[in-house]
Amino acid sequence: MSSVAPERVSRSVALPASARPEAVSSARRRAWRRNLTGYLFIAPWLFGFLAFTAIPMLGSAFLAFTDYNVLSQNLKWVGLDNFQRMLFNDPRYWRSVQATFSFALVAVPLRLCFALALAMLFNNSRKLVYGYRAAYYAPSIVGASVAVAVVWRELFGKNSPVNAFLAQFGIPTYAWLGDPATALWTVILLAMWEFGSPMLIFLAGLRQIPGQLYEAAAIDGAGPWKRFIRITIPMLTPLIFFNLILQMIFGFTVFTSAFIISGGTGAPLDSLLLYSLYLYQKGFKDFQMGYAAAMAWALLFVIGAFTALIFRSSASWVHYESGSEDDR
Amino acid sequence: MIAVGRPSTSKTAKEAIRTVFYHGFVWVFGFFMLYPILWVIASSFKPADQIFTNVTSLLPRTWTLDNYVQGWAGFGGIPFTTFFKNSLIYAGFGTLLTVTASALTAYGFARLRFVGQKLWFTLMIMTLMLPIQVQVIPEYIMFAKLGWLNTFWPLLLPRVGGQAFFIFMIMQFIRGIPRELDDAASIDGCNEFGIFWRVILPLVTPALVTAAIFSFYFTWNDFLHPLIYLNDPHLYTVSVALRTFADPSTVTNWGAIFAMSTLALIPVFVVFIFFQRYLIEGISTSGLKG
Repeated sequence: MSSVAPERVSRSVALPASARPEAVSSARRRAWRRNLTGYLFIAPWLFGFLAFTAIPMLGSAFLAFTDYNVLSQNLKWVGLDNFQRMLFNDPRYWRSVQATFSFALVAVPLRLCFALALAMLFNNSRKLVYGYRAAYYAPSIVGASVAVAVVWRELFGKNSPVNAFLAQFGIPTYAWLGDPATALWTVILLAMWEFGSPMLIFLAGLRQIPGQLYEAAAIDGAGPWKRFIRITIPMLTPLIFFNLILQMIFGFTVFTSAFIISGGTGAPLDSLLLYSLYLYQKGFKDFQMGYAAAMAWALLFVIGAFTALIFRSSASWVHYESGSEDDR
Repeated sequence: MIAVGRPSTSKTAKEAIRTVFYHGFVWVFGFFMLYPILWVIASSFKPADQIFTNVTSLLPRTWTLDNYVQGWAGFGGIPFTTFFKNSLIYAGFGTLLTVTASALTAYGFARLRFVGQKLWFTLMIMTLMLPIQVQVIPEYIMFAKLGWLNTFWPLLLPRVGGQAFFIFMIMQFIRGIPRELDDAASIDGCNEFGIFWRVILPLVTPALVTAAIFSFYFTWNDFLHPLIYLNDPHLYTVSVALRTFADPSTVTNWGAIFAMSTLALIPVFVVFIFFQRYLIEGISTSGLKG
């Protein structure tokens, strides 16, 4: 407050007008300048947000109530028809919903448990542990790529390493990708294989748990399992919460692996027809963009509902350490 | 500590067993974890007749580079050189744009005060939860109307807005920098941009590198956007090209596919190996504690 910008001093000296309006206009000018600077810094984001998020979202909200073919440029207002068709007249839609829920409800918890288990395994200062972390993280940086999905398809094919490996234990060759009961599991396994980013986040959290807590518990006679349940898990709940939301969104929107492994079709018997894949087929193969937009909004609604549910429930299971702000 | 005979020796023995067990477990389990990657690399060096006869083996009986030569020739007369060039353009410029915009925005939100800031910040955080499926259709229609299909504009232009996740991460870093540094620079005559450029940016390098790595491999692995926007094979990125190359209904030359898959993984691994120290530190110190 007491520091006065030099330019302002010189100006008020230069202009011998009555002090008050000058002070007001100068304060106003400074406020204006401050706002301008702020907006200049966020301008790129603001442009991106308006042009590629806000306006497209409004656009797709509108499209959801239309029948629109991007090729013929035919646009027809159809009211709730798209939603009605989705809910009552499209069995494939429901198969895609079912496949997506089966995927998300299995893959997300497994992936989080796996990530936490490995974060625990690597939360120490043994020799080589730094290299281990990197090696175990490696699959995650490539897991979402087409190259890995192609490899995955071959790993589980008829004449594949997985079958050859199992044959050593007398298990007969099996077409994992041909059977709807097992095809989705290969995609779930691929999702689990890329557990790296939740693992790193858990690892960061584990490092922040004060060692004294464990020492005190050990003195009180708590065994490793009890310490894990009573200290580790409660202290990690904010990060479990954070990871759960991110991974849930991932679970509902997975695309590349299902696309490549099923050759873009969702086969066998639509067991790999995940929601995003069906949305892609409707929008970019059948060019039913209105219908695809309606599907996208239904997805947004479901994700919103799950997020709200997790947020609402968090009060009863997420523990925030009071006073943890002052360590920053 | 002074060793006190028996109990301590049995304790160290126990500790040694635990250490052996720990490393043994990590190695064995790690082998299975890395097996798919090792398998594709090994298969890419096997002659065609060995790929599926000698299927689990990670050591080719005879080594060959034929797969690479045949794979690199590509398809439809377009070699993989083109696809790699396209992917590098997309991932390179995409990353540059994303990180620059994210850093500017993060500074604006973390350090400046302006009208409407709370609202924009809240909206930005909300976009974290937005599935791209909601935007992708109207965005496609928009770019189609602009006549930009089969160009890189639809892929690169949206990057001008940065990415909410990176903005938030860089903000957390900036918040950890004492404000006295800004004030000192301001007294020395720096304007806001000067403070951003000279004071803040050098101090948040780990966050910028982390964002750049993530952005690079998100973009390199991106499949949906190139699939939608690029229909001319001359513009294919590696991911779309691999998909066409490995189309199960037409393919016979698996060796070539494995060779190109291996090459497709290399850029991401190179970036990862060179910068992984930054990456893990970047995440651990970004204050992601909820």
